[in-house]
Amino acid sequence: MDIHALQQIVHKTRDDRRKQTIPKFSPADCDQLIHRYHPDFRASAYRSIRFGPNEGGKTVVELATLLEGDSSIQGNADLTPQYSCDVLVIGGGGAGCAAALHAHGAGANVLLATKLRLGDSNSVMAQGGMQISVAPEDSPVTHFLDTLKGGHMENDHALLKTMVEEGPSIAKWLLELGVLFDRQADGNLHVKKGGGSSKPRLLTCSDYTGLEIMRVLKDEVINQKIPLLEFAAAIELLSDDEGNCTGAIFKDLDNQRHVVVAAKSVILATGGIGRLHIQGFPTSNHYGATGDGLCLAYRMGAKLDHIDTFQYHPSGAVYPEQLIGQLVTEGIRSEGGQLVNAKGERFVNELDTRDVVSSSIIRECEEGRGIRTMSGRVGVWLDTPLLDAEHGPGTVEKHFPAMMLQFERFGIDISKDPVLIYPTLHYQNGGVKIDTNSETNVKNLFVAGEASGGLHGRNRLMGNSLLDLMVYGKRSGLTAAGRVGSMKQGQLTLKHLQRFRADAKKHGNVSGVISPMILPAYTRKVS
Amino acid sequence: MAQDDTNLIDQPEVMKPRMVTIEIAGKKVDVPEGITVVKAMWYAGIDVVRGVGCLGGFCGACATYYRTKDDPKVRTCLACQMAVQDGMSFTMMPSFPARKATYDIQALKDPKQDLFNLYPETPLCRNCNACTEACPQKIDVREGVWKAVFGDFKSVSEMFMDCVMCGMCTPVCIADIAPNLVALYVSRAQGAHFTKKPIGLDTRIKEIQDGQYQDAWNTILKMSEKELADHCATVK
Repeated sequence: MDIHALQQIVHKTRDDRRKQTIPKFSPADCDQLIHRYHPDFRASAYRSIRFGPNEGGKTVVELATLLEGDSSIQGNADLTPQYSCDVLVIGGGGAGCAAALHAHGAGANVLLATKLRLGDSNSVMAQGGMQISVAPEDSPVTHFLDTLKGGHMENDHALLKTMVEEGPSIAKWLLELGVLFDRQADGNLHVKKGGGSSKPRLLTCSDYTGLEIMRVLKDEVINQKIPLLEFAAAIELLSDDEGNCTGAIFKDLDNQRHVVVAAKSVILATGGIGRLHIQGFPTSNHYGATGDGLCLAYRMGAKLDHIDTFQYHPSGAVYPEQLIGQLVTEGIRSEGGQLVNAKGERFVNELDTRDVVSSSIIRECEEGRGIRTMSGRVGVWLDTPLLDAEHGPGTVEKHFPAMMLQFERFGIDISKDPVLIYPTLHYQNGGVKIDTNSETNVKNLFVAGEASGGLHGRNRLMGNSLLDLMVYGKRSGLTAAGRVGSMKQGQLTLKHLQRFRADAKKHGNVSGVISPMILPAYTRKVS
Repeated sequence: MAQDDTNLIDQPEVMKPRMVTIEIAGKKVDVPEGITVVKAMWYAGIDVVRGVGCLGGFCGACATYYRTKDDPKVRTCLACQMAVQDGMSFTMMPSFPARKATYDIQALKDPKQDLFNLYPETPLCRNCNACTEACPQKIDVREGVWKAVFGDFKSVSEMFMDCVMCGMCTPVCIADIAPNLVALYVSRAQGAHFTKKPIGLDTRIKEIQDGQYQDAWNTILKMSEKELADHCATVK
């Protein structure tokens, strides 16, 4: 049967479904559902980390292997620096740009190095929005409580409190830089409601929120003439005798040579790990999202937090094949888009938290109420035409231009036909443990954005990552810059690597894997 | 899987891929029909470092020129958002040496006039429409350039919200304008100088600075785990 025939069940059942209200699951039901169906609870996908700061802790096999991997740098490598700076920012996404701009603004001599181009990151792809409590009926406290509930009460309270309280001033900063957030008629910021939130709190720029913010931040980094190293992949950090971070070694992706950078402090803003395709999941992530910062920080002795939990965004495209894993923004569900199984039934409150909605979609598919494509993929329908039916013709086109265009390129009009979706690997809930200044347990090593952990607990609420990376990008930049005057450049050594290798040897680790991965191996080996 | 076999979506190109012959930067290769241009390069054994980014149509890294069989017209696309077809020929666009003006956005005194100092070529648009035809995001780029010149910054900022900065509009411009960079300046100026300040935001910032939420924080942060969980459950 072709897609149009299978879509009919959605069209036929629409009028009946529109009248239905699906209550949210009780906390006990949520727990049961998640434990049974969420990929985080598939024991076979996990293993213990054998050595290092998180020895004995569990994470997915793909990540554990990289964390235990060896460096490509030899012990006798030449560490003569080609560049010296006060603050070295590694990563050119939202957190990296925010960190670089604030450190530069505070007078530090900054160098921003990034694996691909400036701006290449998951940040640029963020569609749904940025959570900031600006509405009169909302407050930072409510934002805190919603996030805590969404994170299964495991969020670091201090990190979370700092983030929600600094949100409004971040919005002001972005507005002053020229970011065009959607407005109400009276000029106030327009807010939308996101999954798991009790109040409308999402600041949006159409469905291009990340793109709009990143266009502006990138432009500002260039306007401020902050020195850049592009196509430079970080492959090792440097440390002094006390184990404090003092710089990094990069691989120039053009000529494969090493570039050594001496820095008084280093801010890792390297993003997440979607491109490891853990448990075989497709991903919504950027090509460069291979978790490099986690491996680098771990070898340096930084402790990781919550790295056994990942976010599977409920709605990744399953059809057409060209869009596999790409996001179908949560905004569609926030505006009333319904999830429908092969029988034409709704099965979850679409605005429940992401882990609950993802688990329920997986349940439908595992119990035979999914729709299978010829490529063997399974999904459920997201009733996108419902938005036009509910709010008037043209709603989908007006509110979701990016999505319309994405599907239109492959001949699908999402305002007329529902789309097929299944959870896609979207976000790394945990990461390197940081304090409220974004610093790790390794002195002068800061981590900001998705590579850091603790803030989101076991599940991130929609829109909290854009705020996370702005707040902790800023705090890392300001803290690092604030230390410059009172510090000397530390020695450039690989002593942490000697320690790590000795530890690995003691635990019999002979995996032969080199980390970080740098880029995913998609290129077919043509014999 | 216990599933009704009629619940299938017909995608023969995936199950039994029909191979097509395409030309990548002048070299003929056979790849499965319907895969994206980027995936076709991977399939052909080509490592892509420059020219690959978000893979979702948002970052503009994969600007590509292509031509289809029997059509002399060279067109543009984002390589991650275009399916290959038999006889197609393509090559990626290297980073184009467009000039980006630098400025202090907040210090601008007369942003509409400053456009002519920062990008003096903008009024030289000769209305040829090549930029609009080159835009993979379907933006009416030419119209945007004219609106920028006439000071309608608000319209430009709305029209270019979809711009992924792929830069495909720039090499085709006979007046040497970089429309995407002009639009970026105009959008930022619109946001920073011509958009009403949201009063509610200032109010909230002041509330936080004045410690209006301090009592609530004191209460919450003293709670036991159980009390806090119960309290969270009451938030509706």
